[in-house]
Amino acid sequence: MKVGVVTFPGSLDDVDARRAVNLAGGEAVALWHGERDLRGVDAVVLPGGFSYGDYLRCGAIARFAPVMTSVLSAAESGMPVLGICNGFQILCESHLLPGALIRNRERRFVCRDQRLRIENASTAWTSQYDEGVEVTIVLKNGEGGYVADDTTLDRLEAEGQVVARYLGDNPNGSMRDIAGIANERGNVVGLMPHPEHAVDDLCGPSTDGLPFFTSVLKELAKA
Amino acid sequence: MTDQRVVDTVSAAQGDPNAQQPWADLGLKPAEYAQFREILGRRPTSSELAMYSVMWSEHCSYKSSKVHLARFDELMTDRMREHLMVGIGENAGVVDIGDGYAVTFKIESHNHPSYVEPYQGAATGIGGIVRDILSMGARPVAVMDQLRFGPLDAPDTQRVLPGIVAGIGGYGNCLGLPNIGGETVFDPSYAGNPLVNALCVGVMRHEQIHLARASGEGNRVVLYGAKTGGDGIGGVSVLASETFAARGHTQNQHKKRPSVQVGDPFMEKLLIECTLELFEEGLVGGIQDLGGAGLSCATSELASAGDGGMHVWLDRVPLRDASLAPEEILMSESQERMMAVVEPANVERFLKICQKWEVDATVIGEVTSTGRLVVEWQGETVVDVPPRSVAHDGPVYQRPLIRPVQQDTLQADGAEALPRPATGDELRATLLRLAASPNLCDKSWISDQYDRYVRGNTVLAPPEDAGVVRVDEQTGLGVAISTDCNGRFAKLDPYAGARLALAESYRNVAACGARPLAVTDCLNFGSPEDAEVMWQFAEATRGLAEGCRDLGLPVTGGNVSFYNQTGDIPILPTPVVGVLGVLDDVARRTPMGFREPGQSVYLLGTTREELSGSEWAHVVHAHLGGRPPSLDLAVEQQLGEILVEARRHGLVSAAHDLSDGGLAQALVESCLRNGVGARVRLPAGVDPFVALFSESTSRAVVAVPGSAEARFLEMCTVREFPHARIGATEGVGDGALLEVDGQFSVPLGELRATWSATLPAALD
Repeated sequence: MKVGVVTFPGSLDDVDARRAVNLAGGEAVALWHGERDLRGVDAVVLPGGFSYGDYLRCGAIARFAPVMTSVLSAAESGMPVLGICNGFQILCESHLLPGALIRNRERRFVCRDQRLRIENASTAWTSQYDEGVEVTIVLKNGEGGYVADDTTLDRLEAEGQVVARYLGDNPNGSMRDIAGIANERGNVVGLMPHPEHAVDDLCGPSTDGLPFFTSVLKELAKA
Repeated sequence: MTDQRVVDTVSAAQGDPNAQQPWADLGLKPAEYAQFREILGRRPTSSELAMYSVMWSEHCSYKSSKVHLARFDELMTDRMREHLMVGIGENAGVVDIGDGYAVTFKIESHNHPSYVEPYQGAATGIGGIVRDILSMGARPVAVMDQLRFGPLDAPDTQRVLPGIVAGIGGYGNCLGLPNIGGETVFDPSYAGNPLVNALCVGVMRHEQIHLARASGEGNRVVLYGAKTGGDGIGGVSVLASETFAARGHTQNQHKKRPSVQVGDPFMEKLLIECTLELFEEGLVGGIQDLGGAGLSCATSELASAGDGGMHVWLDRVPLRDASLAPEEILMSESQERMMAVVEPANVERFLKICQKWEVDATVIGEVTSTGRLVVEWQGETVVDVPPRSVAHDGPVYQRPLIRPVQQDTLQADGAEALPRPATGDELRATLLRLAASPNLCDKSWISDQYDRYVRGNTVLAPPEDAGVVRVDEQTGLGVAISTDCNGRFAKLDPYAGARLALAESYRNVAACGARPLAVTDCLNFGSPEDAEVMWQFAEATRGLAEGCRDLGLPVTGGNVSFYNQTGDIPILPTPVVGVLGVLDDVARRTPMGFREPGQSVYLLGTTREELSGSEWAHVVHAHLGGRPPSLDLAVEQQLGEILVEARRHGLVSAAHDLSDGGLAQALVESCLRNGVGARVRLPAGVDPFVALFSESTSRAVVAVPGSAEARFLEMCTVREFPHARIGATEGVGDGALLEVDGQFSVPLGELRATWSATLPAALD
């Protein structure tokens, strides 16, 4: 199964996302922001980083990259898409996911090993988790505070679109401790924490992030 | 509107030989100005004056330090050259770590800019050192920062610290470089002059090493990266000069702001990826980054290291501000720029790759065989100089040295005579007070603002003894780096202080199981025009050079930062020493924290009554006097071998060096790392206070699993290295205790709360 990882100018965790895909047993394919061609991939990861230097607003410029035109239409026809950190911001800017991400409540970048609860184990990216399981995954962001209006938040809760929630101290002021959400169909997931940094005990706090990648490979194999 | 400004050309200089020139305002001495006239046989043009002034500044020319730094070369042995591929003098040194990999690393200071504008000063400090590493041909893979501030509660610390930390994070995080360690130290001497040192390490294959030289007549000189603007003009000459130290700070700090550069980490990230692709494609002959002294430095250094000649069309330089004069363009320290020497046939591909990364690239010159660096501006020659005279023939000063009059009095006033805690309760209170003190407390308020995970190769990061990154995923080959310096020790005895910094850094690298291989340094001192400071500098460099010889480690490069003082009061002499070590398999590194209950805890090394310059004397008595701990580098080396061998054979599950705060603080940190308690019994016949708080060198605490204990003991015994089983790990979680038999115990929960409260309370 081929999983594309997009590199925008300023992407940083693209190497890590590719490594995670390969560790999970998939074949990672590097995709370039300036090309529309998705090179026959079955799923796409928009990795973390500071695409276009976070100029204007995080993700606001990347959303107009040529590759995103193809990602958008593929997502709408059901292709699994995971946006991590800056990728989550890009998905919100693209309106594939509702809401927005704003500066951390403390106004500081935060990097820490974050405890999370997986709230929805039926999306394309979380099916290998047990619902309600508590995991520890790297969190690192400067603008990770998830915000949306109450109606949207209520709808996300009611429809089971909250994928993961922060446990313990809320690290960035996200509303309702939201760490990640999915679209209604469950193929598009945006996540502020970085599962690609929790796939190897040696260089991460745990291997708790690996199921995000094994989940999508399982889903694709089923299809 | 047309620009009516008259440009000073070579022919104008010949026509008007006695024109008044602002050499004094550019930080030059009368004799230096006279020397330019002699070299050129005429007065310099204003562009030439700009070039010489920045290149002959202390920062670029090392004019006060050169005679002392020569010791590093003089004391170099064949053993030290064994792994050295590129030594002092290039942008950074390179060492061979095996399997065809080479590593380059270096520390640099950005002290004065960070005081004036904390965020940008610190950010561009990271940017500069990263470009140094990149220009060697390497992919930068990690950064570290060494920070020193005035007292934590001083109002100015509250101004500069958050800005500096945010700047380091803002720039480094955006480059995608993990921050794997560093130091944060507070001392009143840094109150008006914080130190911001930054280290970068890069990795390349042997055949990818690049050097800064312009060779091959007719080859093109390409400037690429950001456009040139008016920022940082004269940064090196004005900021790194006595005028910065002499003028009162606060009223002047705003006026200095235009001399501080403004960074754009996004551009730097593009520059890194673009440059690595250019290397990969074999399109780069020589390469140089643009940092201090900007184009003046890059053109003169490239030319003088190569065939000796270069012709530059300065009006081709892309500008952010069209009104800049040629001398300003030559001095500008605009960030995120590189200069490459490219064969004509490769220029098109070179420019194409730059285009792919959306990086501006312009051919601005050509390599010549004239032996002259000629700079042309709108058809007129504004610079015509021998490049060596700019880049290498700067003045060399044999500054006067005087051992400070107060040195004997200072050394006679030992901390060993101070009142000390005696009862268990008093010892407990002292342990908690030290653990909460600014220098020993939890630094995660700082380190949590840095990405330590990006690139997925970080094996150890703060608060571990050393940072460790994996170099090769297949084999597990990796490097460990630590940087250290106790400025109080260096004040008491600069020779010993530098050696102690080296020893501590060496020990930290060995503690995680890495074999020490090479050294970098950042020598932060007061004014070289102060004979007592110069004595400190001379003693410290002698100590470091001799120490490196004794340990068989080459100094591969580094940086000198002078004029670190407030008014007439210099900072503590601060020779920061970085040691790089190699791990053949990072999976088998030794972390610092106790991992599970029921393992034996051993103290390695000899504890003496050494309290002068200690953290205890500093925190409890605000005292600085006496002599620093004694040091025998042969013993340090023996300890290092034990730690490395123990790791290789899997005999220890944790190892932590003893330094600031002594055994007490080492136990605190080893327990808190994973929340595992320990019960220890202090050796009989020794004052428990000395056992806990002395800062004797060449010591470490290790945890030994039962199954390995016999072999571990045998290893220490065979080597006749002092070792004592002082207890065992016991209990897990906040309720577990750090217990000192017969003296006191502290629950880890209480210890953690005390240790971690200090920075948030002061800074949030």
